[in-house]
Amino acid sequence: MTKLKVGIIGSGNIGTDLMYKIERSEVLQMSVMVGIDPDSDGLKRAKDRGYETIATGIEGLAERLDLVDIVFDATSAYAHQKNSDILTAAGKKVIDLTPAAIGPFVVPPVNLTEHLEKGNVNMVTCGGQATIPMIHAISRVVPVDYAEIVATISSKSAGPGTRANIDEFTRTTSRAIEVVGGAKRGKAIIILNPAEPAIIMRDTVHALVAEEGHEEAIRASILEMVEAVQQYVPGYSLKAATVFEGKKVSVFLEVAGAADYLPAYAGNLDIMTAAAVQVANELARHLQQAKEVAL
Amino acid sequence: MTLNILDVTLRDGSHSVRHAFTEAQVREAAKGLNAAGVRYFEVSHGDGLGGSSLQYGLSAIDELKLIEAAAAECTASEVAVLLIPGIGTKDDLQNAVKAGAKMVRVATHVTEADVAAQHISLGRELGLKTAGFLMMSHMAPVDKVVEQAKLFESYGAEIVYVTDSAGAMLPGDVTARISALKQSIGCDIGFHAHNNLSMAMANTVAAVEAGAAFIDGSMRALGAGAGNTQTEVMVAVLEKLGYETGVDLYPLMDTANNVIAPIMQQPQEITGGSLILGYSGVYSSFLLHAQKAAKQFGVHERDILKEIGKLKAVGGQEDLIYEVAQNLAG
Repeated sequence: MTKLKVGIIGSGNIGTDLMYKIERSEVLQMSVMVGIDPDSDGLKRAKDRGYETIATGIEGLAERLDLVDIVFDATSAYAHQKNSDILTAAGKKVIDLTPAAIGPFVVPPVNLTEHLEKGNVNMVTCGGQATIPMIHAISRVVPVDYAEIVATISSKSAGPGTRANIDEFTRTTSRAIEVVGGAKRGKAIIILNPAEPAIIMRDTVHALVAEEGHEEAIRASILEMVEAVQQYVPGYSLKAATVFEGKKVSVFLEVAGAADYLPAYAGNLDIMTAAAVQVANELARHLQQAKEVAL
Repeated sequence: MTLNILDVTLRDGSHSVRHAFTEAQVREAAKGLNAAGVRYFEVSHGDGLGGSSLQYGLSAIDELKLIEAAAAECTASEVAVLLIPGIGTKDDLQNAVKAGAKMVRVATHVTEADVAAQHISLGRELGLKTAGFLMMSHMAPVDKVVEQAKLFESYGAEIVYVTDSAGAMLPGDVTARISALKQSIGCDIGFHAHNNLSMAMANTVAAVEAGAAFIDGSMRALGAGAGNTQTEVMVAVLEKLGYETGVDLYPLMDTANNVIAPIMQQPQEITGGSLILGYSGVYSSFLLHAQKAAKQFGVHERDILKEIGKLKAVGGQEDLIYEVAQNLAG
């Protein structure tokens, strides 16, 4: 089948990691990397690997829209609206990896196929991708009145975009905990830890469930969901036993990355980019099927 | 020389009372601080605005109600709030200002000042007295502290604090950091101590002598770990050293003893656990969480805290306590 041509806007940590993962897809073809700094490592690497590069940002891409069918935006929440408007007006599919959250949220093991018709879908945040599957795993057993997540990432894995978007991270993640995770109320906390050697991404979920007494079913549901996430992030695992205290359930996770761009500590990059590629793969298959039906 | 005293009883002390201050307690304390002429005092959840959580402890009373109650008692004093980006947001700050806050201290780990740029700018835009607060300052060498303080200043901070969140510093560490800042930044310098190694007062004196103009204390030392520099004692000490604080000692002592002492859930003394906080360099609010986990998993609190120190945990990572306690329990 014909592969979908992929563009990436944002040649930072996330965009560069994404490039390597797209190379492994059977239905996507890496086409162009778009940045604003011609000296950025991401643009250099893209060029070295034989892809088109554009160093003049979205304006540059707007003149070469023939290069792309689908575009990943890995810039910043502040830049996303404009990027999205230009691309969707030209009929391009947009997968948003900033916390701008213009389009509906997608967390693959929960709602991968729900929004395939939309022009723009949002990947929540790294902390959201790591924890919302667990909240859903609990809420499919027993109603969750409240869920909060604490994401701890190594300082080295948090680029300038992540740092400038820290409020958007907490806001977007909180909302997705409710909308996708199924909690009545959500809250998110993010912590940067500069320890050397760099710490592997850790995520904790604390949930308040509507009633006690479903421990076995919750444990089983969590284990099943861990396996589902491991399908696309093999380094995703439970770091400690789940703790039950009355109505409070606490789940402790570690996310080691595939070390495509940054080393394995940066699981926060992987869980975003791997989830986004899942969505793009599904979208490519969906578009292909639609084409076949039309014929 | 005149020093500015900032009392943190109603913020750092929130940890010690498990975030359960009542509106009446806050009103009484605020009334006393105002009468004593303490220029600024801080009211927030222990982990700052938005800190109410399962991770750190849910607030019994919404902190915005407490800020409002405190502000209503002020004729001379002003209410400060703490904001830790990643926990609280700019929206929380705007709500706190509506409730009557006049000052904000934006806190980051000592190496992560750049996450606070927007929050500091907002503080200035809103006309607040705006400070940057470098938590866990013992974990970074002097040149790093200077580099990060310069970032805060460049975002518009009017004061940069060296914050000894773990109560791990010795007077020489304080002198080195404050003196270096004095030489390299133009804005005011502040200092916040914890008493885990019984060094809070000595460190405070070292800070003042090295040029700090803003100094934190809490009444009866009510604060995380072994608590903070005791405000009423600090006022007396600074006066004996010849500094002006503008604070009236007796009303402050009366508030400490008649309002704060009855609230205290445990004496603010240096126990085995708090000693290890200072010795291993662990964020002071981990203490009560470690004590709870020690009971729950049948292990010793000091073993938990020692291990947390080895893992180089930063402020806010209380979730690590469960994992460490489980591992120790085998």
